[in-house]
Amino acid sequence: MFASKRLGKELSKLQSSTPPGITLVKADDFEEWEMDIRVLDSNPIYNGQTFRLKFRFTPSYPIEPPEVVFVKSDTRPIPMHPHIYTNGIICLDLLDRQGWSPVHNVESVCISLQSMLTSNTKNERPPGDEDFSRRNRLRPRDVNFLFHDNTV
Amino acid sequence: MDSDDEINSVQSSEDDFMDDEDSLGEDFDAVEEPDDFGFSQDKDIKPRKQAYEVDFKVWGPGQIQDQQDKQVEEVSAVIGQPTESTAILLRHARWNKERLIESYMDKRDEVLESSGLSEDKEGSASITKADDFMCDICCEDGKDLDTFAMKCGHRFCVNCYRTYLASKIRDEGEAARIKCPGEGCERIVDSKSLKLLVTEDLKDRYHELLTRTYVDDMNNLKWCPAPDCTYAVECGVKQKDLTKIVPTVTCSCGHHFCFGCSLNDHQPAPCMLVKKWMKKCEDDSETANWISANTKECPKCHSTIEKNGGCNHMTCRKCRHEFCWMCMGVWSEHGTSWYNCNRYEEKSGSDARDAQAKSRQSLERYLHYYNRYANHEQSAKLDKDIYLKTEKKMTQLQSSSNMSWIEVQFLQEASQALQQCRQTLKWTYAFAYYLARNNLTEIFEDNQKDLEMAVENLSEMFEKSTDQLAGLKVEMLDKTSYCKRRRIILLNDTAENLKSGMILIIPNS
Repeated sequence: MFASKRLGKELSKLQSSTPPGITLVKADDFEEWEMDIRVLDSNPIYNGQTFRLKFRFTPSYPIEPPEVVFVKSDTRPIPMHPHIYTNGIICLDLLDRQGWSPVHNVESVCISLQSMLTSNTKNERPPGDEDFSRRNRLRPRDVNFLFHDNTV
Repeated sequence: MDSDDEINSVQSSEDDFMDDEDSLGEDFDAVEEPDDFGFSQDKDIKPRKQAYEVDFKVWGPGQIQDQQDKQVEEVSAVIGQPTESTAILLRHARWNKERLIESYMDKRDEVLESSGLSEDKEGSASITKADDFMCDICCEDGKDLDTFAMKCGHRFCVNCYRTYLASKIRDEGEAARIKCPGEGCERIVDSKSLKLLVTEDLKDRYHELLTRTYVDDMNNLKWCPAPDCTYAVECGVKQKDLTKIVPTVTCSCGHHFCFGCSLNDHQPAPCMLVKKWMKKCEDDSETANWISANTKECPKCHSTIEKNGGCNHMTCRKCRHEFCWMCMGVWSEHGTSWYNCNRYEEKSGSDARDAQAKSRQSLERYLHYYNRYANHEQSAKLDKDIYLKTEKKMTQLQSSSNMSWIEVQFLQEASQALQQCRQTLKWTYAFAYYLARNNLTEIFEDNQKDLEMAVENLSEMFEKSTDQLAGLKVEMLDKTSYCKRRRIILLNDTAENLKSGMILIIPNS
């Protein structure tokens, strides 16, 4: 009940307008949404690419953060970024319980990720990516990230 | 529950023994201690405290609360802030009173700001109805909506605020540093606001968590790690001294644990060695060791090869590369002495051989200590069974002989001593693995051997049948106290040498 009222409002706002570079792809229910984002400036790492984000909400959203991952398809790669793993899992304090604020919403998360990509200059994956992507069976919210790098 | 818990839950008998020592010491305080063991040095018997013991104090939950309240009141009087704010300031400063007072006097506003107590906006914390308001969390609006905001002015509806706090307290176990739900707001929800918002059922949990952060923040306090134990132990041993002292403490619940690392009693081995040892036993670094001792890699495709017979002319199964097992050189360039490698003594060859021999030796050395360590661990588990059987035996003994319950206590005491000594022995082997060889190591090993023999002698007696046991009471008592004495001697000796830096640890072993 908590999530649906709030998500309803968010949805009607997203349907009427979205910020540049962000589009609503799918929002059939209040459990899982999909969004597309692309970088607005000419960052050579992401030139001409669009990325798909999957949001999953718990009934206690927005007290609890949503689970946000990049998903891969033929036209939608996983963006290269030192905080984004090959399996689409994002290491961002905003999406963790500690960094999350209930005032955040789907749009603000998209904008944060967009700017995280825009400002990135490193065409690389996080350290230990191969190992983590191969072995990780945990859901992103159960992974204990250590947020130590504030430079990118 | 494993055997350690059992071992650690019984210690009254040891205390009795200590008390005997204590009274001895007090009686002859000024007099030279009589050397009644025949083999111990004077320093082994100290009037009050054994060399391996540390001072500590156990606090109950109520006392911890009182301690906190007292400190809050003290500081509150000094800095002139109400107790709620003082409590927040203290928690923020991790209970460093002196530093808080000093920095508060220096830069009051900065301190208030960083603890989330700044007064940048008007209005006090209270539940009100606001006009023209929409809650940013649930998107509800309406004139009848109860809303709440702290001094920071981030206003949300009371329902959302409550849910937010409940989720923080119940699910995340936060208490002392819950921040305002507003984005990027660093303001900490103070206890007054919490009182206003948190429902009755969460208050206990909240206070429990607050107390917990207090103990966590204090360097000289630690929770007893035993399951469901609510006591905390105070001990003055500093983190940096842990290489020289093994601060084993005993909680009022009976659990023996190390104040340095909260693990079960691991005397005489210091914390860092215990950590190293457990990691070594846990990970499969020894498998790697075995591989390096027994195998070589094909110089071309790097497949791992174990040579289990045959001559030095190797043909890799995978890539068909031909090489010499001895010098690892290409076989075709190997000269005419086909099956007798004459490049064997070359430096590269002998280096490789040395490295291999070393690796094999270190593996054997490790296994020597590990087997003994594991054996005592296993025996301690078996002793746990004995301990349980002991109780049965005691009742049997009571009914078969005309001994009273108090008279058969010697069995239980023996069993407890046995378990504690095995625990110590177990760690002496882990400890010995890291010791550099010198005269002291020999003394250490003698002590270890003596204790081990005493333990095995006592352990053997438990195998006797019940009717025999009654007649062995005196002998068993003797052996029990001998075991205990050997343990104390070993621990004292090691503790003193550790403290004075006489015991050398092999670096990077």
